[in-house]
Amino acid sequence: MMFARRAWIVLWKDLLTERRSKESLNALFFFALLLLFLFEFALGPDRERLAAALPGLLWLGFILAGILGLGRTFLVERENDCWEGLVLTPGDKGAIYLGKLAVNFLLMAAVEIVLLALFGIFYNVDLWGSVVPLSLVIFLGTVGLASVGTLFGAMTSQVRARELLFPLLLLPVQVPVLLGTVKATEAVLQGLALAEVGHWLKLLAAADLVYLVVGLLTFEFVLEA
Amino acid sequence: MTRQSSPPANQRAVETEGLRKAFGTNAVLGRVDLSLENGEVLALLGPNGAGKTTLLKILATLLRPSAGRGRVVGFDLMRDVEPIRAVVGLLAHGSYVYEDLTAEENLRFWATMAGLPADAGALRKVLAAVELEPVAAERARTFSSGMKRRLALARILLGAPRLQLLDEPYAGLDQQGKKWLEEVLLAFKGKGGAVILATHSFGRGLGIADRVAILAGGRIVLDRPRASLDLEELHRLYALHTENGP
Repeated sequence: MMFARRAWIVLWKDLLTERRSKESLNALFFFALLLLFLFEFALGPDRERLAAALPGLLWLGFILAGILGLGRTFLVERENDCWEGLVLTPGDKGAIYLGKLAVNFLLMAAVEIVLLALFGIFYNVDLWGSVVPLSLVIFLGTVGLASVGTLFGAMTSQVRARELLFPLLLLPVQVPVLLGTVKATEAVLQGLALAEVGHWLKLLAAADLVYLVVGLLTFEFVLEA
Repeated sequence: MTRQSSPPANQRAVETEGLRKAFGTNAVLGRVDLSLENGEVLALLGPNGAGKTTLLKILATLLRPSAGRGRVVGFDLMRDVEPIRAVVGLLAHGSYVYEDLTAEENLRFWATMAGLPADAGALRKVLAAVELEPVAAERARTFSSGMKRRLALARILLGAPRLQLLDEPYAGLDQQGKKWLEEVLLAFKGKGGAVILATHSFGRGLGIADRVAILAGGRIVLDRPRASLDLEELHRLYALHTENGP
């Protein structure tokens, strides 16, 4: 019960801070828009080429936005040494990790929804027909990305070269998630049933579980380091 | 800062023996032997870089000592980190204040994190104690440094600490604020709480101190009852130990 209350108050605090400062969301929405323009310039109007590249582009957009957003997760804790205050709070520090993870998941989901809608409009792609299976794939991929991103965001927040170090740590570990999400998204957009990509979904779920458990178990050491 | 396992009865607030701390090859604390009784206020004087902040952070379990032993309210510094955190309040250089939250929201966050009641009534009571109730609904970003200092102290007062570790607590406070802080600390002391008040200034803090210690070069070079020292002699001893010695 206490664990859940602590996780909830971290989520509440970060969402309130984001709502008032609008630092991350505004920047991420503009970044997503810029990405779409860049992809448009790079691929041109060729529909076939676009259809083949769409799953990769979609996840490239999510990952790049994630790198920007997730890396900033713990910067708010540096101001006025709030990090020290978190270290000094008694109890399981996993609650802080879970609260931060929930914030990151929600922020990323908001950006992904906007990016998906813009993809549909910009490239005239019908995503509505596959919205349910696509949502499941995106949900699993986002949990994986946010789980690792939250942990590495904490690890690198006190480092001077964090902007460089964060993607260097994050991307290699994300390989299973990236592989699974791109393959599953490709199949879903081609109209295949979810059952046909069951092995990718299982890989995603397993990776999510491993990342989540590792994050919960190691976060205390990251915070205290 | 929080309620948790009850501390051992009749234990000194602080007891350290040969406490050392080094960052790499840089030894910050040499051998610190210090004891503090419950209900006692220790003014810890020392120039910049003497190791005052490091000592307070070790006692608050934010840093681990490189060598030596220590107990805080009867709990072992190395083994009983969680129980110590439950009975110690630290006012550090940083205020631990979230700028985009209001004063009340800041307290609600820290109270919940510490497992304390976070209802509006309890929070308003603490805000009233630090004279911030009229601005409870205003964002901390609009506060002066003195007001943030008060809010930081309110965070400590939320729980029932047995020991307060205050690092330059008068920084940013106006004359009225300094007087108010001394009243708060005297009331805390009256309830049996112990205080270590670290400062490099002689201006404040000595008035409420029972003992004065000087930390220089990483060692306690003087530890005397406040009543046995007049201000002139203290100045002379401070100069002797920090400028010409130790």
